[in-house]
Amino acid sequence: MQVVWDWFRWLYDTTGINLTIFYDAFDRTRFASGFWMTVKLSVICILLSVVIGIIGAGIQRSRYRIPRTVVYWYIQAFRNTPPLVQLYFFYFGLGALLKGVTGPMVTNVTWAIISLSFFAGAFNVEIFRSGIEAVPRTTLEAAESLGFSRLQTYLRIVFPLAFRISLPALNNNLVNLVKTTTLAYAIAVPEMLYVSSQIWSDELNVPVMMNVLLVAYFVLVGILVWIMHRWEKAIRVPGFGV
Amino acid sequence: MMDRPAVNKSPTQRERKRSGSDPSRPIVDVADVHQAFGSVEVLKGVSMIVRKGGVVCIIGPSGSGKSTLLRCINGLVPIQSGSIRVADFEVHQLRTDKEKIALRKEVSMVFQQYNLFPHKTALENVMMAPIHVLHEERNEVRERAVALLTKVGLAQKRDSYPGELSGGQQQRVAIARSLAMRPEVMLFDEVTAALDPETVKEVLNTIRELAREGMTCILVTHEMRFAREIADEVLFTDGGKIVEAGPPAELFDRPRMERTKAFLSQVL
Ligand SMILES: Nc1ncnc2c1ncn2[C@@H]1O[C@H](COP(=O)(O)OP(=O)(O)O)[C@@H](O)[C@H]1O
Ligand SMILES: [Mg+2]
Repeated sequence: MQVVWDWFRWLYDTTGINLTIFYDAFDRTRFASGFWMTVKLSVICILLSVVIGIIGAGIQRSRYRIPRTVVYWYIQAFRNTPPLVQLYFFYFGLGALLKGVTGPMVTNVTWAIISLSFFAGAFNVEIFRSGIEAVPRTTLEAAESLGFSRLQTYLRIVFPLAFRISLPALNNNLVNLVKTTTLAYAIAVPEMLYVSSQIWSDELNVPVMMNVLLVAYFVLVGILVWIMHRWEKAIRVPGFGV
Repeated sequence: MMDRPAVNKSPTQRERKRSGSDPSRPIVDVADVHQAFGSVEVLKGVSMIVRKGGVVCIIGPSGSGKSTLLRCINGLVPIQSGSIRVADFEVHQLRTDKEKIALRKEVSMVFQQYNLFPHKTALENVMMAPIHVLHEERNEVRERAVALLTKVGLAQKRDSYPGELSGGQQQRVAIARSLAMRPEVMLFDEVTAALDPETVKEVLNTIRELAREGMTCILVTHEMRFAREIADEVLFTDGGKIVEAGPPAELFDRPRMERTKAFLSQVL
C-alpha cells in the first residue's frame, strides 16, 4: 500500500494536486471514517425507510380511519417541507425537548437516521401504495374466488406484484436518499461531506476535495443503482409490466 | 392423453359425497334473489335452477346483471334477499373462512379477463389454490395440474408466464386453474369476449369438452351459436330480471317476449 500512498505524495510534489486523504495517514483515517459513516447512514436509512414504506402502505389499506389519517398527515408533513428543516426540527426541536427523557443516548447520528428515514419513508409509502393500487381489482377477485384469504392474497399476490411495479420509483427515491445524507453535515454528523470540510479547512485543498466528493458520491450511488438493477432483473417476470 | 379422473370424480366418490341428499335435487338453486350496490338494485328477483350435469347459458344486454348473478352464485358479492344454494351450501349464509373454502370446492369461476396471476407460470397458476387453499400434497397437485394443462392443450406451455401467452391460451390456463379445485359447477363469465376471433374456438372447444364429460356449467355468453349448440336451457336477462327461459330451440326460434325478440334480432 505504501507504494500507492507515496505515489500520491509524488503527484502532489510534481503537479500540485494535493490528495492528503491518500498520503497523509491522519487525513486518510478521517476520510475513511467519513466514508463509512455515509455508507452506514445510507444503508440503515434505506432499510428503515423501506420498512416505514411497507408499514405505512399497509396502514393506508386498513379499515380504521384514525391510523389512516395519521399516515396521511405524516406523508403531507414530510413531503411538503425541506429535509434540512426536518433534520433541524428533529435535532434541535424534538432532540432538545426529549433530552431529559432520552439522555445523551440519542446522538446527532441517531437523529439523522430517524429524520432521514422518515423523510424517505414518506415517499416510500406513496410509492408502495400506488404499486398496490396498480394490481387490478379483478386479479384480487380471482384470488378470492379460488378461496385465498385476505392475508394470503396480500402475501402471495398483491405484495409480489406491487413490489415489482414499485421498484423503479423506489430506486429513484433511494438514490435521492443517499444524496440527502449529506444534509447530516448540518448537525455535525461526521459523514463524508463533514470530514471533507474539516480536511479542506486544514489543508486548504478545497478544489481537490470538491472533486473527491463528486467522484465518491458518484461511485456510491453507482453501486446502489447497480445493485438495484441486478435485483430488478433477478425478479423480472417475462411478459409482465415494464 | 386425457386424464378424466383428474377432473371428474369417480361416480362412487360423488355418490358418497351426495349420500343422504335427493339425487334429483338441483345442484344450483337460486330463489328470488335481490341484490343492490348501494341504492341501485341490480338483481330484481332472480330465480333459476341447474341440475347436475346441466348446461345453462345466460344471454342479455350488457348491464343487465349477468356478471353480478354469477358473482352472487360464487359468493363474491352478498345479496339483500332471497336464497342461493349450491350443492349443500347456502351460499348467502356462509360466514367463516372454512365454510367459504368448502364452497370453493363446489363452484369455480372463469372471468372475461382471465385474471391469471402474472408473476406465476401457467403450471404454478394451476397449482396455487389446491396447495395453499385446500392444503393438498404438492406432488399430487403437480401431477393433476400437468394433466389439466394437457387437457386444455397447453402442456408444452407449463413454464410460460401469462404475459408470454396469447389471450386464448391464458383463458385455457384459467379454466385449468378453476378445474384444479375439482368443482362440481363451473361458472363462465363471457370468457371469449376479450379474445380474437381465431382463438375463441379453442376456448369454446375446451368448454364443450367439459360439458360433454358431464360438468355442470353456467355460462354467460354472447356466442349465440355456441349457446344454441351446448345449452340445455337458455335464460334471457334484462334489467336485473330473467325475462324468458327455455330450451335453446324454443328461445332462439320462437321467443315469446317482445324484449327477447328485439334482443335476438340485434345479435343474431
Ligand atoms: N361493484 C359494483 N358497484 C356498483 N355497481 C355495480 C358494480 N358491479 C356492477 N354494477 C352495476 O350493476 C349493473 C349490472 O352489472 P353486470 O352484472 O356487470 O352486468 P352484465 O354482466 O350483464 O353486463 C350495471 O349497471 C353495473 O353498473
Ligand atoms: Mg358482465
